[in-house]
Amino acid sequence: MTGPIAIVGAGLAGLRAAETLRREGYDGKLTVIGEEAHEPYDRPPLSKQILTGWVAADHTTLPRLENLDDVDWELGRRAVSLDLAGKKIVLDDGRAVPYDRCLIATGVRARPWFNETEAELDGMFVVHTSDDSRALRQRLAAKPRRVLVIGGGFTGSEVASVCRMLDVDVTLVELADAPLSGALGGVIGAVAADMQRDAGVDLRTGVRVDAIESDERGRVDGVRLSDGTDLDVDVVVVALGGIRNTEWLTGSRLAASALGIGCDAGCRAFDGNAIVTDDVFVAGDVARFPHPIYGYQMMTLEHWRNALIQAEIAAHNMIAKEADRRPHVSVPWFWSIQFEVNIKSVGVPSMADQVVVTQGSTADRRFVAAYGLNGTIVAAVSFNDGRYLEFYERLIQEAAPFPIRLDNVDQATGDDPVPAAFPPQSELTNRPTVVLTGHSPTEMRVERKETEETAA
Amino acid sequence: MRVVVDLTLCQGYAQCAYLAPESFKLSGEEALMYDPGPDDAQRERIMRAAAACPVRAIFTEPAPGTKA
Repeated sequence: MTGPIAIVGAGLAGLRAAETLRREGYDGKLTVIGEEAHEPYDRPPLSKQILTGWVAADHTTLPRLENLDDVDWELGRRAVSLDLAGKKIVLDDGRAVPYDRCLIATGVRARPWFNETEAELDGMFVVHTSDDSRALRQRLAAKPRRVLVIGGGFTGSEVASVCRMLDVDVTLVELADAPLSGALGGVIGAVAADMQRDAGVDLRTGVRVDAIESDERGRVDGVRLSDGTDLDVDVVVVALGGIRNTEWLTGSRLAASALGIGCDAGCRAFDGNAIVTDDVFVAGDVARFPHPIYGYQMMTLEHWRNALIQAEIAAHNMIAKEADRRPHVSVPWFWSIQFEVNIKSVGVPSMADQVVVTQGSTADRRFVAAYGLNGTIVAAVSFNDGRYLEFYERLIQEAAPFPIRLDNVDQATGDDPVPAAFPPQSELTNRPTVVLTGHSPTEMRVERKETEETAA
Repeated sequence: MRVVVDLTLCQGYAQCAYLAPESFKLSGEEALMYDPGPDDAQRERIMRAAAACPVRAIFTEPAPGTKA
């Protein structure tokens, strides 16, 4: 039997991997390392029922579906490096955790406001950890003058939704033309924009925040937007997405960068030469893996269900014989709840170039939209119509033609597909910097180039 | 007790909201809001809700002292 096994990351993926290892009969030494002091907890409620005040922030601890009493929990401990040759993980207290197999599931952290002085002000918030959510809940309960949400992705839109439920005035600023447009495109994003405005959100698109003002006591006291507008706000929620927690692997000779940790469909990590390793596995938000139904493109998915499934497959493959290994190839899903609407998605909408409403109507905010690329369906999104999405999942699995022909209930008016209007991908500035060394073409190697950033 | 709902699976049938209304509520027509850390006094109702869920989306931890 393999062993010992170490899991770095104690979120949903780390927990589910530990459960899977035990369920599949691994009874050897198992260590789970987590930076936060809390037991593994669920994050989706942090921007919803925690912020409304219905549920306490420390009440989202995930149920353990297997007995994990004999796991060595290293909580409140950060992994600082991984020694690929020595097969050990070094913790921030200097101890080394040896492994025979290791799973990296370190996830993402909230992207902080870029201006460090402004980010330190009283009244600045992000929503990623339960501590973040507790702090923001307290401030919302104290009836702020106005909340500014920076970023109209899912988290930002959910925070704006909660503000309106609490009858707190809120402005949402989004650089693109519509909220949710990065994930769902501008056409469906426009529906989300209408939802926000109808709920009383002061939605401002196509602008950015230039400056956050403070009073003499270091509290947020107004902001200036790029169009010259001044807003009187005393709370700012920064919802600009996440940063993948891969810096600790900089010296590890793994294929780790701001884009994630490269791995194969069996969740085995690539080393810096992009050669697959046998002992190091990756799952969840940090895993950058090839998806066959999207042309084997490498992708990272920051979705709840992806973390769950990928962790189960990684854990299985860690202890399986080679012939029993499974690929991570299922169709991605995600959901969001905002403005009393259940948004669900199957497939990868951002891969598409066209979209068409296939069922229901956007005016009723009950519809399904199908997304296509080069004549093939690649995704579908529902607003309050989630029961139909499994049908679309099958179409995506079968690479069905787009636009689709439907003979079922609740058909839309039969409009032609239109451009899905995804905003241009922002240029990633933090790509891995590598150099090739060696003379003979068959003996070349990849080395990470020392930069100021990686040397720091 | 600890509860998690796989909201990918959830289709808003709302059986849970009838059987354990203190812990499961609909937001709008089909979006489920739930209490992931309900009081142990709710256990029986929550177990009934989990059993009644048509898509088996509700996951709970075994009661203390029982085998996982």
